[in-house]
Amino acid sequence: MVRALDDNPAAVLVILAIGAAASITAFMTIGANGQWGFVLPFRGTKVVAMVLVGFAIAVSTVLFQTITQNRILTPSIMGFDALYLLVQTSVVFFIGSSALVDVDPRFRFAAEVAIMLVFALLLYRFLFSGGLRGLHLLVLVGVVFGVLFRSLGNLMQRLIDPNEFAILQDRFFASFNRVDNDLLAISAILVLGVTAIGWRWRHRFDVLALGREVSISLGVDHQRAVTGVLILVTILVSVSTALVGPVTFFGLLVANLAYLMIPSHRHMLILPAAALLAVIALIGGQLVLERVFGLDTALSIIIEFIGGILFIVLLLRGAR
Amino acid sequence: MIIIDEVIKRYGADTIIDGLSLTLPAGGVTALIGPNGAGKSTLLSMIGRLLPFEAGTITVDGLDVTKAPGDRLAKCLAVLRQENHIVARLTVRELVGYGRYPHCKGRPTAEDRDHVDRALSYLDLTGLADRFLDQLSGGQRQRAFVAMVLAQDTDYLLLDEPLNNLDIKHAASMMGLLRRCADDLGRTVIVVLHDINFASWHADRIVALRDGRLVHQGPPEALIRPDTLAEIYDTPIEVRQIDGRQIALHYA
Repeated sequence: MVRALDDNPAAVLVILAIGAAASITAFMTIGANGQWGFVLPFRGTKVVAMVLVGFAIAVSTVLFQTITQNRILTPSIMGFDALYLLVQTSVVFFIGSSALVDVDPRFRFAAEVAIMLVFALLLYRFLFSGGLRGLHLLVLVGVVFGVLFRSLGNLMQRLIDPNEFAILQDRFFASFNRVDNDLLAISAILVLGVTAIGWRWRHRFDVLALGREVSISLGVDHQRAVTGVLILVTILVSVSTALVGPVTFFGLLVANLAYLMIPSHRHMLILPAAALLAVIALIGGQLVLERVFGLDTALSIIIEFIGGILFIVLLLRGAR
Repeated sequence: MIIIDEVIKRYGADTIIDGLSLTLPAGGVTALIGPNGAGKSTLLSMIGRLLPFEAGTITVDGLDVTKAPGDRLAKCLAVLRQENHIVARLTVRELVGYGRYPHCKGRPTAEDRDHVDRALSYLDLTGLADRFLDQLSGGQRQRAFVAMVLAQDTDYLLLDEPLNNLDIKHAASMMGLLRRCADDLGRTVIVVLHDINFASWHADRIVALRDGRLVHQGPPEALIRPDTLAEIYDTPIEVRQIDGRQIALHYA
């Protein structure tokens, strides 16, 4: 059965789609012993958020790994999550926690996306002017920036009032219980826009995965294409971090699972597979969190737990 | 015709190509030779627009390689570097299929599939077409990449040491294939070679570089001679006439 699936990526996609639909249905209905009129919208919002976040993390990780030609790097390597934490810490540090709570969340979100885009644009503008080995340098600078932002954030967190730190800390851990409804609509529009562009570029992604030299020889303007992909990745990472906070280890996991299940080089197959896997893992994880552990723990812990098991499976399969 | 005009390439303070001017006529097989660090691969990469350069111009059939649109150039010249590492899991046929990307942009037609099949059989890869690249030996993978640039169906083929990793049989048949590309298909083949005897045996023209400058160019008869080789490689090299071809004895 596994052999037969290996040769048929479309069948794998159908099975994953059924799995995603099943986990959404289970999440919406299990233990719903109240008014449907309350339960469905309440849980529906969470489902939409998780689908958006799962999609954003999966697609951004796969695309990032395509342009870096490396299956261990993730956007977090470039210091995105660290920047996100630094932005929020600075706001509390300079203005006070009231800014985080009182300001219109849509405005805050737009500002966060803008800051992250500016950061990424500055970084690669500066780096790609060098031409050769741009990406390796970019990733190295990303690591250095990540450490810088993290250290700056840590410094500010030590200096602020302990009460304010408590409010801040709450935002540092991924949780789907504090998703902001106002942000969902904007996030959905951004994700749809990115998807539309990604669909048009699907064949170009495949060529980019062959590396800089081969892409150029095949007539792809490598620098511009990589810049475009980085903008898409930045927007997706901004959406997921702004919605629920940093859950970046997760991307590595679903991306590698997708490569394993879809033995193909075509992004048209890999990207949906990774996104569906992410949706299954997030919604399944949240279901277990709410029903088994009674909300006693954070989703990121569940994800790390399931992730650890799957990572061992990956290692075992690879060793065979 | 490829026209290289006053090209300068520097890495930091080091000048790799030092004001090189050279014209490579269309047709035939041209071998680029020279000692390590002469700038052969750099020159090939610059013609193939893989590397930017500081000054000068390079045109291929009148197209400026630094200014012409990438997809236009991709139908005119194909370039293959020495090291090609691919992370994605690809079969040989899929890799060769990418050679058609400049023509079909990811939507292959029957004609594109014909080109792929022909390239596969040219390189003796038909039996391996459905194997994954990571299941191949270095030499088989090398041939798969050459099949890809062949399927690209361009007038100019630029290859950086295509004989790397190849055993005697496949090295000889690779040179024979490049010869046929030039003779039967009318392509212009420009190839960096380490083994000067392959150049002597198969090339129509040899271009010798040293320290980023042109030292000699001409037909093999004019270049493969003790005095010119000594000048290019800075070491005495004996040359014998065997079956009407010059063979360098550089093993002692």
